[in-house]
Amino acid sequence: MVNRILVGAHYGLKDWVIQRGTAIVMAVYTVIFLVVIGAVGPNSFETWRGVFANGFMKFATFLFFVSLFYHAWIGVRDIWMDYVKPDGLRLLMMMATAAVLVGYAGWAVQILWRM
Amino acid sequence: MAELAIKKKRPKNLDLPTIRLPLPGVLSILHRVSGAALFLLLPFLLWLFQSSLSSPESFASFSAVVGHPLVKIVLLGLIYFYMHHFCAGIRYLLLDMHKGIDLESARLSSKIVFGVSIVLTLIVGVRVLW
Repeated sequence: MVNRILVGAHYGLKDWVIQRGTAIVMAVYTVIFLVVIGAVGPNSFETWRGVFANGFMKFATFLFFVSLFYHAWIGVRDIWMDYVKPDGLRLLMMMATAAVLVGYAGWAVQILWRM
Repeated sequence: MAELAIKKKRPKNLDLPTIRLPLPGVLSILHRVSGAALFLLLPFLLWLFQSSLSSPESFASFSAVVGHPLVKIVLLGLIYFYMHHFCAGIRYLLLDMHKGIDLESARLSSKIVFGVSIVLTLIVGVRVLW
């Protein structure tokens, strides 16, 4: 039997596949973003804001941010699991990581919808 | 059987300074380092994104910050980290699908990752920052 511990991963395919799924979303967005920026060539506040005022780009950018934060959660959690051995400290680092990432997600929504 | 294999005498080399990390290993640790650096600088990047979008005044201060030579160097470094993480990540997705897992292909693909990420950094970095 696997010795399941509180500060371990979730012992399944879920995080593994989410890490890769979010990576694909971000990779596709990166290409779309570079093509849009290359085509629009924003050089002023109005044209730059126009890129994200577009409904599709707003949605795609939001999806990128959500993927980024989930992807970062799995990656950073793996780093704590590799290098931080005391359970209490590791749990604290994981909770702090999750907390800032949830906060960043709220911040990203605010940036995109209050601009 | 397993125990027998473990007890067998094997050559050891623990002279660490003489062990050179092969290129796929350098790629691997740089994948982690770049991911960690991008994570740590997320608040700075989100703040830049926010000031670039919220108002014409904040856009002006954003342009001033991004125009500073030191900030440009940091951003160029972050663009390199992003491109490396992106290219190395695609390589890992291919490895997951059992493409290019023999030694020769793995070494070649890590060379390609280093080359392509530097070229992309120069193209995007120069275009965006200068």
